[in-house]
Amino acid sequence: MQRRHFLSIFLGGVTALLIAPINALAATWNKRAFEATKFSNAASDLAIKNEMPSQDIDITAPDRAENGAIVQVEINSRIPNTESIAIFVEHNPTTLIGHFTFTNGALPQLVTRIKMAETSDIKIVVKAGDQYFTAAKNVVVLENGCG
Amino acid sequence: MDNIKIRAKLVNDTTEVKMIINHPMETGRKKDDFGQLIPAHFIQLLTAKLNDKPVMEMQWGTGISKNPYLTFYLKDAKIGDKIAVNWVDNLGKTGEGDVLVTAG
Repeated sequence: MQRRHFLSIFLGGVTALLIAPINALAATWNKRAFEATKFSNAASDLAIKNEMPSQDIDITAPDRAENGAIVQVEINSRIPNTESIAIFVEHNPTTLIGHFTFTNGALPQLVTRIKMAETSDIKIVVKAGDQYFTAAKNVVVLENGCG
Repeated sequence: MDNIKIRAKLVNDTTEVKMIINHPMETGRKKDDFGQLIPAHFIQLLTAKLNDKPVMEMQWGTGISKNPYLTFYLKDAKIGDKIAVNWVDNLGKTGEGDVLVTAG
């Protein structure tokens, strides 16, 4: 497991170096995680493990959404040293919505608009140091927003 | 550069950055009026910078709504500082925009 882990990180790094000059962006897109249909697979592709429920992640989203094409969600992590926030919709065709990394004085807080195919939990995973924390908010969706 | 609109306001030591990007964010699962699948077309990577220093690195999937909207917050920005955002989508198209921080 250790070795496999190292290899995946190493290969990811090599790919990043190859692609970097083309798009001039530091990160590479995590294809496997974004194409995963199940939360557990997407989470492991993001190296998320042992995530613990936390009261310190605020999720503001409507209880009911008329149209799943645009569901506004606000996320605020009060967990010290938050490095990144990942947004998942458990019942979407692909579960990972977005991954946000904060550096150089960016606060671990954001507002965005997401698509929801059906009634589901919006699940948030916060990374702080080596630890992962999670919280969820259920949204009832009346009209499929994934077309 | 009109495909992205950004506004940055400093209020009580925190700069609130709001942005909206013109982009179809097609999932690849939707059909057009003739029953043909519309190919996937969505933003994958974005970087936000404060005075050329990265403050946010983002990876997006097809689950971000059409014409993506984002608010984020910076604690170390001052009035006149430059905030720049650039993105690249799955077809290799790119966009960028920038704005100076103003008093809220």
